Amino acid sequence: MIGKADQIFVLLQHWIMGFFPPAWQAVVGILLGVVAILIVFPTLFALSVLLERKGLGRMQNRYGPNRVGPCGILQPVADAVKALIKEDIVPFKADALVHFIAPLVLVVAVFMGFAVLPVGRNMVLVDMDASLLFFFAMGASTELAVFMAGWSSHNKYSLLGAMRAVAQMISYEVPLLMTTVVVVMISGSLSLVKIVEAQNHFSGIFPHWYVFTPWGLAGFVLFLIASMAETNRSPFDLPEGESEIIAGYFTEYSGFKFALFFLGEYVGMLGIAGLGTTLFLGGWAAPFAFLNWVPSWFWFFAKIMLWICFFIWMRGTMPRLRQDQLMNFAWKFMLPMTLINLMVAALWRFVDEAWLRWAVCWIIVIGAYVAMGRMGMRRKRIAPRRYRYAE
Amino acid sequence: MSFAFYLISALTVAGGLAAVLLRNIVHCVLALTVAFAGLALLFLQLDAQFAGFAQILIYIGAVAILVIFAILLTRDPQVSQGKGMFSRTWVTGLLIAAAVFAVMGWAVLASAPALPNETSTPSVTVLQIGDALMSRYILPLEILALLLTAAIIGAVIVAMHEKVRSK
Repeated sequence: MIGKADQIFVLLQHWIMGFFPPAWQAVVGILLGVVAILIVFPTLFALSVLLERKGLGRMQNRYGPNRVGPCGILQPVADAVKALIKEDIVPFKADALVHFIAPLVLVVAVFMGFAVLPVGRNMVLVDMDASLLFFFAMGASTELAVFMAGWSSHNKYSLLGAMRAVAQMISYEVPLLMTTVVVVMISGSLSLVKIVEAQNHFSGIFPHWYVFTPWGLAGFVLFLIASMAETNRSPFDLPEGESEIIAGYFTEYSGFKFALFFLGEYVGMLGIAGLGTTLFLGGWAAPFAFLNWVPSWFWFFAKIMLWICFFIWMRGTMPRLRQDQLMNFAWKFMLPMTLINLMVAALWRFVDEAWLRWAVCWIIVIGAYVAMGRMGMRRKRIAPRRYRYAE
Repeated sequence: MSFAFYLISALTVAGGLAAVLLRNIVHCVLALTVAFAGLALLFLQLDAQFAGFAQILIYIGAVAILVIFAILLTRDPQVSQGKGMFSRTWVTGLLIAAAVFAVMGWAVLASAPALPNETSTPSVTVLQIGDALMSRYILPLEILALLLTAAIIGAVIVAMHEKVRSK
């Protein structure tokens, strides 16, 4: 079942390792993995930036970049060159050291997360027991980087943006963590490799992904929302609300440091998409049993890019939230839903009869969603709004 | 004791010292996070993955951020409070710190002979910790859960009270 094409990168790694003396092989193997991550994900970053600019352009009825290269596909290269040759400006009043360190901390923390993501069969840099915990520990470190950037710039807009970003990331980190707990409860492991393996079964041609169970679907949707908020994506892009606070925490960054923030943001997006894929969409597992001949790494990256396309679609569709809406949504809707989802997962684990648990779990999830939606809407008077000046 | 241990402990101690000695209070917090990160690395070096990652997740991800929020919401970080670096009650502080250090040092020294001579380092996986928490230590876990729930409800009540009064 495991073909040559599936393991091509693993074989390549072993082939290169073969050129070195045995004592070095372990180190060289790890270095090769690191280099692969550092090449593949920035490439995907360039691709998703292009995709975003093109896609958003289409959604807004314009062309998007179409000058550099055929159909504008070399635009990321031009952007990179521009960012590299721009002057690096540090504000006179800025805290120079912290201002310098902040983007580095962000990018390092974001890239560390990839160390534990299984991007294919046997393709994970560090296979440790607590890999899920590791991913979130690295994610938590980015908050500090954001704060450092905003505070050290010595600019009110930067500080406001940083405070918004940190408050938002902390609020949405709670539901984000709680939605992943259900997966841990069912699969009984914090190891991402084992979580993928637990999902890589088929009944007939259909896979056993967690998203196809009641708690999995609820968890998946909650994770999707929380991941958008966690990466400061629209509609949760208040930290860089350009209409209010210029660019938020990276207002005072230019040139290469700005590019690092940009990179960090998109690579963070890719990382969280990878985590979501691993937890709910079966990671590198094929979507149908008869598609098992397609290499596993292809499925992983295809799913990530699908996820990115969804993010772009959302950015083109949704207006930005207000700060109070953002907080209310996190604490009054997301958090109760994740707690209920925990209980649903526990029921699923301990009720043995198949039809009973399907029925009960679906009823609880849908009932909770409807009840919470109704309760949230009750206080609000929603009626057609009339604008005097528009009449 | 390996080279890595000395490197990490130097980093941790330097972070801790900087947290106490720096003038700008936000710099102090950032130095403190360096010390936290150093502690996490020490845990990881001892193969205690769970403790290490929890240290990063909770101390860097939550406690440091909380401290930063508290500082920025209460006073201007650029202005250092007071005249000198030492507060007026530094003697008391020193005494308390010395007492805490003495108790901890005594506990560590006393615990060493209590353990049988283990030549090989015990390997405790995250799985084992989870199992132990869910079976043997279920009662402490539940008590902690209750305590945390009470804290959350308390926080909500405090926040709600403020809102009602301001209207």
